[in-house]
Amino acid sequence: MAAKTLTIDGKPITAEEGATVLQAADEAGIKIPTLCHLDGVYDVGACRLCLVEVTGVAKLLPACTTRVAEGMEVKTDSERLRKYRRITLELLFAERNHVCAVCVANGHCELQTLAYSQGMDHVRYEYLFPKWGVDTTHRLFGMDHNRCVLCTRCVRVCWHVEGAGTKNVAGRGTRSHIITDLAMPWGESDSCTQCGKCVQACPTGALFHKGSTTGEMERDRGKLEFIVTAREKKQWVTAD
Amino acid sequence: MQLDDLNAIAEKEKAAAKKICLRTCMSAGCMSSRADVIKKNLDAEVKAQGMEAEVEVRRVGCMGFCGQGPLVGVDHDDGREELFEFVKPEDAPAIVSSLKGGPCDVHRGDPKHPFFAKQVKIVRANGGIVDPESIEDYIAVGGYQALHQALTELKPAEVVEAITKSGLRGRGGAGYPTGLKWGTVAKSAGNKKYVVCNGDEGDPGAFMDRSVLESDPHLVLEGMAIAAYAVGADQGFLYVRAEYPLAISRLQIAIKQAKQLGLLGGGIFETPFIFNVDIRIGAGAFVCGEETALMASVEGKRGTPRPRPPFPAESGLWGCPTLINNVETFANIAPIIANGAEWYASFGTEKSKGTKVFALTGKITNNGLIEVPMGIPLRQIVEEMGGGAPDGRQIKSVQTGGPSGGCIPAQHLDTPVDYESLTKLGSIMGSGGMVVMDDTTNMVEIAKFYMEFCMDESCGKCIPCRAGTVQMHNLLDKILKRKATARDLAKLEELCDMVKNTSLCGLGQTAPNPTLSTLRFFRNEYEQLLQPDKFGPRGNGEPKKASVAA
Repeated sequence: MAAKTLTIDGKPITAEEGATVLQAADEAGIKIPTLCHLDGVYDVGACRLCLVEVTGVAKLLPACTTRVAEGMEVKTDSERLRKYRRITLELLFAERNHVCAVCVANGHCELQTLAYSQGMDHVRYEYLFPKWGVDTTHRLFGMDHNRCVLCTRCVRVCWHVEGAGTKNVAGRGTRSHIITDLAMPWGESDSCTQCGKCVQACPTGALFHKGSTTGEMERDRGKLEFIVTAREKKQWVTAD
Repeated sequence: MQLDDLNAIAEKEKAAAKKICLRTCMSAGCMSSRADVIKKNLDAEVKAQGMEAEVEVRRVGCMGFCGQGPLVGVDHDDGREELFEFVKPEDAPAIVSSLKGGPCDVHRGDPKHPFFAKQVKIVRANGGIVDPESIEDYIAVGGYQALHQALTELKPAEVVEAITKSGLRGRGGAGYPTGLKWGTVAKSAGNKKYVVCNGDEGDPGAFMDRSVLESDPHLVLEGMAIAAYAVGADQGFLYVRAEYPLAISRLQIAIKQAKQLGLLGGGIFETPFIFNVDIRIGAGAFVCGEETALMASVEGKRGTPRPRPPFPAESGLWGCPTLINNVETFANIAPIIANGAEWYASFGTEKSKGTKVFALTGKITNNGLIEVPMGIPLRQIVEEMGGGAPDGRQIKSVQTGGPSGGCIPAQHLDTPVDYESLTKLGSIMGSGGMVVMDDTTNMVEIAKFYMEFCMDESCGKCIPCRAGTVQMHNLLDKILKRKATARDLAKLEELCDMVKNTSLCGLGQTAPNPTLSTLRFFRNEYEQLLQPDKFGPRGNGEPKKASVAA
């Protein structure tokens, strides 16, 4: 496979033919902000955060789906790109109910991290406060649509890594939302293999393991009793 | 089927022609005013008055003057033409008896009206003339001759060459050179290739493609077949929106007829060329008019666009090289092959060749479909052909290009209608919607209307379009409600720029256009609605610089 030579932010680098600009930048230690991109899953170029400037191309190009080319000059950072990225994040925060303080992902959220790193310190747009529900019908996992950014990572891992095809997108525009099978409660899904890959893929707190949200912790006191009974009576059962 | 058979059908059809032909428009517009009953009554009346030998009542496609419909045209064998307008089913006896010189008070139109006289018809040449449900009618006016010519006299590369030389550009809106696109698909490696016809017309006020499909479906099929031969495809898909049931049923009939005569399928004109066409019906999403979303929809997936490259010409349907053209583009192909590239290039301007069909609607006296040579001044269309604004009003602006286009103000009415001139004015040629607005129109409301359309039709995939259109819509609404300040207007402009430059597909990239163009030409209408900014530095409505730049 031939190698391509290009410059990213003035830094000359080589990349394998067929590699994306994002991969090439990553290898060279240049960080491009992403949200819908997830290593190991194919890219869709949806979040528009990784847009970069390429000399000679009038349009901004998504680094995640643009292939490297010989002599390409890429700029990943400029006043204009920083402004667009901030607006993109502001639009996301205004779109649904992203309240970090009461979120399961607080401190471990890619949206939150992006907002910090891009210097998005406040939202200038009207909050839409949509009324989205929470699906907690699944035995192990929950889905809070209010925290979803529609990156479709969950859909992609479900179809292309697990191969279950449980998750999908329904609705148009701002009414788009993630559905399970044919828009049924997650707990009633026959196709879901309960693998949990979608939860691992989610960048925000939209998909979560049950029992990890605020006020959900339950203690299993029976466990202590089980151990004590086993030790003292040599019986591996609970007392009653 | 060979050329002799084709000519025999044409001769037979011409020999069967009667002295008088009553052409009854049975396109969707006239049909909604009971054109089917009119045709039935005319048929019965011709029989009742014993004129079957000399009078034919023919179902025809759109005649164009939709605002005056239902229309009935009369062709006499001495070349005389008559036109009846606003025909009602009970007018049938009077119309038929008028053919014998009887009294008739049905509203008469003028077939020489500037609305008709200024037109140059290439795409719509058969519209209102042939029966769209009869392949013989189409063959009688020279149909499928161009396909025969292409298959037997030209090499595929020569067909591409002819289209390139003709200067034809994509009629879907963007104006990409058609020959260049064909050449790319022809040269793309792959054993399997596809030809797709984009009939997902969805701009508000646009009905050009519907009319072409309803009036002359074989013209589109013939164009697709020639295209398939040129690029090396053997399968075509006609993507038509479900809201066009009449177009779909006429296409189904046309495909069946063409197959029966061996003009579609295997061994067309006894050459090794194979071409089949299937119809795919859209499910109501405007974004499926975007080519990559359309292809996803044809494949049975959710209709959302994907980043290009790869372009469909390289990797389209199921990863195969795919040629996608608009209905009107395909409708131009057979005439170009039949009459030559030079003939076609003689119409239009240097960079925009041929003709363009427009749907003339809105605040205009003469509503309907027109086909005009490229480069015609906008004024000639709206004032001479369209008859200006009704009720003595003044024309304020002409909107072209639908939700991706812009509003051209009255002071620019002398602009020639071609791709470059319209782009220079911040609008686009678009697919052919032309909505005329008079001086009662509030331009901010217009901007909000188009933004609402884009907001509803955004597929939801990329953030700028999905969330940005909502915010822009809300800001426009706030301005209209007189609750906005200069700061909101600045925010709106900033969002317009951002959504235009960062959206994934054409829908989002062009969604701010109606707002940007009304801001460019009618900024005062926005500013009149603004409120003083209480939080400005001097409370005088001036935005604080720092807060806007953030």
